[in-house]
Amino acid sequence: MIVHKIHLPHSKNSAESETVTLPLPSRAVISTAQHLGAVCTPTVKVGDKVKIGDVIADSTAVMSAPVHSGISGTVVAFTDVLHISGRNMPSIVIENDGKNEVSESVQPPVINGREDFLAAVRRSGSIGLGGAGFPTSMKLGFDPKEKHPDKLIINGAECEPYITSDYRCFIEEGEKVLDGAELIMKYLDIADCIIGIEDNKPKAIAKMKALCADRPNITVFPLKSSYPQGAEKTLIYSTTGRVVKEGTLPLSCGCIVINSSTCAFISDYIKTGMPLVTRRITVDGNIVKKPSNFIAAVGMSIGEIVKYAELTEEPDRIILGGPMMGACAFDPDYPLSKTNNAVLLFGHSPIYHPTACIRCGKCVRACSMGLMPTALETAFDMRDAKKLADLNVNLCVNCGACSYVCPAKRNLAEKNQLAKAFLREQTNKGV
Amino acid sequence: MSKLIIEPSPHIRSAVTTQKIMLTVIIALLPALVASVVIFGLRALIMTVVCCACCVLFEWLTRKIMKRENTVGDLSAIVTGMLLSFNLPVTLPLYMAVIGCFVAIVIVKQFFGGLGKNFANPAITARIVLMLSFTSYMTSWAEPFYYNKGAEALTSSTPLAGGEAGLLDMFLGNTGGCLGETCALALIIGGIFLVITKVISPATPLCFIGTVFLLSLVSTGDITQATAAILSGGLMLGAIFMATDYATTPLTLPGKLIFGIGCGLITMLIRSFGTMPEGVSYSILLMNILTPIIDRFTVPKAFGAADKKRRVQDDK
Repeated sequence: MIVHKIHLPHSKNSAESETVTLPLPSRAVISTAQHLGAVCTPTVKVGDKVKIGDVIADSTAVMSAPVHSGISGTVVAFTDVLHISGRNMPSIVIENDGKNEVSESVQPPVINGREDFLAAVRRSGSIGLGGAGFPTSMKLGFDPKEKHPDKLIINGAECEPYITSDYRCFIEEGEKVLDGAELIMKYLDIADCIIGIEDNKPKAIAKMKALCADRPNITVFPLKSSYPQGAEKTLIYSTTGRVVKEGTLPLSCGCIVINSSTCAFISDYIKTGMPLVTRRITVDGNIVKKPSNFIAAVGMSIGEIVKYAELTEEPDRIILGGPMMGACAFDPDYPLSKTNNAVLLFGHSPIYHPTACIRCGKCVRACSMGLMPTALETAFDMRDAKKLADLNVNLCVNCGACSYVCPAKRNLAEKNQLAKAFLREQTNKGV
Repeated sequence: MSKLIIEPSPHIRSAVTTQKIMLTVIIALLPALVASVVIFGLRALIMTVVCCACCVLFEWLTRKIMKRENTVGDLSAIVTGMLLSFNLPVTLPLYMAVIGCFVAIVIVKQFFGGLGKNFANPAITARIVLMLSFTSYMTSWAEPFYYNKGAEALTSSTPLAGGEAGLLDMFLGNTGGCLGETCALALIIGGIFLVITKVISPATPLCFIGTVFLLSLVSTGDITQATAAILSGGLMLGAIFMATDYATTPLTLPGKLIFGIGCGLITMLIRSFGTMPEGVSYSILLMNILTPIIDRFTVPKAFGAADKKRRVQDDK
């Protein structure tokens, strides 16, 4: 089977800039929707004092992760922040008191086996740091009697242009990535681990290979640099040759895929007990003077973070995440969330106007899922639910490769997303 | 604070545009244009310029009358104009060429929705319309270098219509024929350029030419005759530039293979058993009509797609 991939400019300008930990902000706006799944309910009231590492929002839903405060201070307000998904998300505003007190609850967890480990991962507030934000406890909390994975795949592909936060994680905290991987393998009883890294990061591959030299069950797998190499299904196929069937999780083919930075965080949490309140973020773009990697508190304003990277002019486009799958920020002061691995700022960015499809077939040859984006677009324009289902629109991973290669600059990826929503609607109606 | 652009992902796009693709095709057609001017004289250039100008004019005018966005800038009309002129005998009265341009741009292309929406190749269809309307003009081919030889050398037959020509002459285009189709060398250079620049897939031309070669080899048993078969008529022009037209040919690689083989088959059937000397344009038009069906049966298997049969059972 051929899995199509495309070549993108790498633009990894921030690769060699060492991560700088930013001072804590005077004010943090922490969204209660940091992950894929249920939105959390605040567990604090206005006026409450919180310390670093205190839980401020949680949910009873399985598909969720608690939210913690990254600063010490007072809860001053609850506010709605227009989320990049377009929905308003309740957020908690905390004013920094400058004392930087760490919560008493921040203690290394005691772990005596699988259940303890999973509970600790959930308490840590860990989510997939690669961008999708799948709660880690949910990913790891499979029923071992039903299906047991034999491969843990560490996703260090980082195939999107510009982003280098996972790369810096390998270079600066490679030991932690391995440690986190070994913890997961130990408690979940997974035999093998594969670390997938794109070959445009030779230093990371060399470092991880050296670290894995005496670990026979962990292998470093250099991946060809192409997009979307880091998409879960593509990565599983590239590293193991297994195919994840439509509508199933990677678990069904014996794989668990976890982001390298998430692994490093889990190792950190088990050692220190400090929950996920900061993250590494790449700041880059054509108006950024010093492309950098920062560690910043979740809830810090993006506008404040990017000042440390020095802008040459006002941006006309702010992208949270990579240029292929990231979303445009509505507001330069948008608060940093757990899932933001990059902020890209562009000035004079071009706006493309779609023209007629010339049926060149480039999108068909670009789709990693083997779909026909141009046919899907026609089917969606005709609101043909049956055709959309026949053409497997639900397999689209929204990698954006089709829109990227389109000479007519059609918004094919966007249409696929709309088509998926339309199909869901029609299916619910029972049509 | 300046205004922020909000747009769905992806936020970067490749440098390839429709206009650049069309420009590449125009560049790829230039060697054949130069060859045609050398072989058939200045009138070949005049014919091409008139066709291009008329196609652009008709496109602009139709879009204007239909109150649609002006699309002259995508250069596709120039490609159609060049291809159409290459399919005409150099001696054809210019007003007939203008009628051809009208058929190609207005009827075949714009009436069906413009670029990418036409189901038949505009230049091919225009050539067929002219062929049926002005058969005698369309089948009186000028001899190469006729402009040096005087009036008695004005008409000749193509090798397909019974004329005699050596293989090297056919390869270099030193034979009678339509103005852009005779020089195989120039067309192959253009084709290689298009393959290198990834504008076309080599699948269709190779299948098309390969099928014609194999079938004539089998039927005649003579390698010289088989080579002559692929160098003669509009085969090179059709296979490289017309059978690879995006709008009217299948999207996927298996589809392109079927399309190429089908074109070769029909060409050989017409050449061997038909009453017409040449079958390339008819074969491409017929396969154009089959394209939607080929597309329907060559949908690629999606990566990890659930088994359709099982899904039906699940529904029950």
